[in-house]
Amino acid sequence: MAEELPGTNVAADTAGGDAFLAAGQPLLRIEGVAKTFGTFRAVDGVSLDIGAGEFFALLGPSGCGKTTLLRMLAGFEAPDEGRILLGGKDIGQALPHERPINMMFQNYALFPHLSVRDNIAFGLKRAGMPRADIAARVAEMVALVKLEGLEKRKPDQLSGGQRQRVALARALARRPQLLLLDEPLAALDKKLRENTQAELMELQRRLGMTFIIVTHDQEEAMTMADRIGVMKSGKLAQVASPRELYEAPRSRWIAEFVGDINLFDGESKLRDGRRLVIGTRDAGALVVAEPREAVGTGKLAVAIRPEKVKLSRHGPVSEAGRETAINTLDGVIADICYLGGTTTYKVKLDTGGMLQASVANSARLDVDAYSLNQHVVAWFTPDDCVVLQS
Amino acid sequence: MSSRRIFARPARFAAIAPYVWMALFFLVPFAFVLKISLSQTAIAQPPYEPVFDLTAGWDALKAAFAALSVDNFRLLGSDDIYVFAYVRSLTVALTATALLLLIGYPIAYGMARLPKRWQAVAMILVIVPFWTSFLIRIYAWINILQHDGLLNQILLALHLVSQPVVWLSTDTAMYIGIVYSYLPFMILPLYATLAKMEPALEEAAADLGAPPWQVFWLVTFPLSLPGVGAGVLLCFIPVVGEFVIPDLLAGSNALMIGQTLWLEFFTNKDWPVASAAAIVLLVVLLVPLLLYERVQKRQLEQGR
Repeated sequence: MAEELPGTNVAADTAGGDAFLAAGQPLLRIEGVAKTFGTFRAVDGVSLDIGAGEFFALLGPSGCGKTTLLRMLAGFEAPDEGRILLGGKDIGQALPHERPINMMFQNYALFPHLSVRDNIAFGLKRAGMPRADIAARVAEMVALVKLEGLEKRKPDQLSGGQRQRVALARALARRPQLLLLDEPLAALDKKLRENTQAELMELQRRLGMTFIIVTHDQEEAMTMADRIGVMKSGKLAQVASPRELYEAPRSRWIAEFVGDINLFDGESKLRDGRRLVIGTRDAGALVVAEPREAVGTGKLAVAIRPEKVKLSRHGPVSEAGRETAINTLDGVIADICYLGGTTTYKVKLDTGGMLQASVANSARLDVDAYSLNQHVVAWFTPDDCVVLQS
Repeated sequence: MSSRRIFARPARFAAIAPYVWMALFFLVPFAFVLKISLSQTAIAQPPYEPVFDLTAGWDALKAAFAALSVDNFRLLGSDDIYVFAYVRSLTVALTATALLLLIGYPIAYGMARLPKRWQAVAMILVIVPFWTSFLIRIYAWINILQHDGLLNQILLALHLVSQPVVWLSTDTAMYIGIVYSYLPFMILPLYATLAKMEPALEEAAADLGAPPWQVFWLVTFPLSLPGVGAGVLLCFIPVVGEFVIPDLLAGSNALMIGQTLWLEFFTNKDWPVASAAAIVLLVVLLVPLLLYERVQKRQLEQGR
C-alpha cells in the first residue's frame, strides 16, 4: 500500500503500522479526543478502538458530535485534546492530504467539472501513480460499483444512485486503510437505500477494509455495522454490537433512542434468588431477571421491547409460557397501528399505564387480530425485561 | 383556464420588453451612428452631409444614398493615429484586466471564506465607494498622486525615496485609477461564484491527496471560471472605451480610442470619422463577447 502514496510520511509509516497491527493493536485508536467550537463542546473526551476490517457505525441525533468526530479522523478539524492513532502513529495534527484515510461525503462532493473517470482517477493522480496503473485501477473501480459505460459522463448527467456509486468508487480507489462514510445513503430513496446497504456490506467484506459510517438512521446502523457507537452530547453513550445495544441498552436514553420501548418507572421492592421485584406506578409489581450489573435500591425503570410483549385473550397459552410468564397484565386495546408485517397495539392497562405490543401478522386473514376496546391479557417473561437506572 | 389568460398578456409583454428596449436604445441610435459614419464632414448644421430629408422626394433620397461612402473607414485604416489608439486601448484593457483579476481574485476568495455575517459587511465595503461620485474619486487620486501628494509624502517620510516621484500623467497612475475604479466589477461576480461553491468539494480534493495549491488549481479555480469570465468581460469592455481615467491620470502622448473619439467629435468637429471610429470599436468589442458566448454555450452543452 505504501508505494501508492509516495512522498507522504503517513504512507511511509503505514508499512511499520502493519507490523504493529499484527501485534494485536487496533487499527484506529482514539484517545480522549475533544473539540470545542467557541463555547460549544462538540466532541467531549471520546476514546474508542476500532479493529482492522471492522464495520463501525457512529450513531446519534443531529448535533451529537458524530460528524465532528468523523471530520477529525479525516483531518478537516484538528482535535483540541487527545490523540488519534492510526496503526500506532499519531495523525491527530496531520493534514487531510497526508492521511491514508478517504471519505465518502454526505452529498458526494463529486467534482462537477470532471467526468466519472476523472473523478475516480483524481486521488490516484495525486498519489503519482503511473498512467497505465491509473487506467487499470479506474476500470477496476468502475466494474466494482457497476458503472461500466458511464465513464465519460459528468456528475450532473447521472442519477442519484449512480452519483453515490461514483463517490464510493472515488473514495475506494486509493485503497485507504480506513474509509469514512458520512451519511452515505441519506440522499437515496428507501428501496435503493436498502439495496445499497447490502452492497456496501458485501463490498466491505470482500475488500476486507475498515469502514466507519456516520448515520442518524438506527436501522441503517443496525443492519450494516459490526459495532455501533451511540453518541450523545459529544460523548460516547455506549459502544456495543447491534444486538447488545438493542437488548441490553445501558441507559434509559439509549433504550428510548434505539427502537421502541415500554418504560415503567418504579422502585426495587424485593430480591428473590435471581429475580427482582420492582413496584411500578403504572404496571404494578413486575418480576424481572436480576441485571448483570448491580443496581441500587433507588429509582429504577423497567424496559420491555414491544415485540417481547405477548397478547392473548385469556392469558399465557403455551406450556413454557405458563412456567416463566410471571408478568401478566390485564387491559383493553386502545389503539391499533397496522404496519404490514406487524401490528402495534396500544394496551390501556387496568393498572393505569399504556403498554405497546408488536405482534407479527403471521396469518393473512385477520382471525387473530384484536379489535379496539377488546379485553386482552399482556404478558412477558422476566428475562425480556431490562432494568435501567432512572 | 381563465387564470392562464390573465397571466398570459403581462407575461408576453415582459418577454417583448427587452427587445423593445434594445430596438429603441441600441438599434436606432446605432443606425444613426452608422449613417453618420458613412457621411462626409461639412461646415453646416448638422456638421455632415448628405442629410436624409424625407420631404424632398424620392429622387433626392436616392441621391443622398448614393453620396454615402466608406471613405472614413479607409481613413481609420490608413492613419497610424487610429490604429495606435486601438492597439493601445486593447493593451491597456488587457493589462488592466489581468491586474484586476490578480488583485480581485484573492479578495473575492477571502470574502467567500469569511463567516456569513462578515460576508455582508465585506460586500458593503466593496460597494461603498460607489456612493461617492466617480469623478470626485478620480480627482482624489490626482490629489494623492500629485508632486506633494499623500503618496509622495508617505514615501519620503519612510525614506523609501529621496525625491518626490512623478506619478501623475504616467501609465502607472492610469492603471492605479482603472484598477481602483473597476475592482468591484471584478470582485462581485467572482465572489458570487466562489460563495456558492460547495466547501465539501475542496475538502474532497484534500481528502484525495491534493495539497492546498492543487486543491485551488484543480478544483476551486476551474469551478470559478464562470465568475472569472463575467468579471473579465465586465472590466475589459468598458476599459477599452475608457475616456475619463486616461484623460485625467495618464500622459497625453499616447491616446486611447475613447480619447481619440472625443478629440474627433468635440475638437475637430468631425462627426463622421468619430462615428466610424465608434463603429470599429464596437466590432472590436463584439469579438471577445461572441467568443465568450460560444465557450459558455459549449460548457452548457457538455453539462447536458
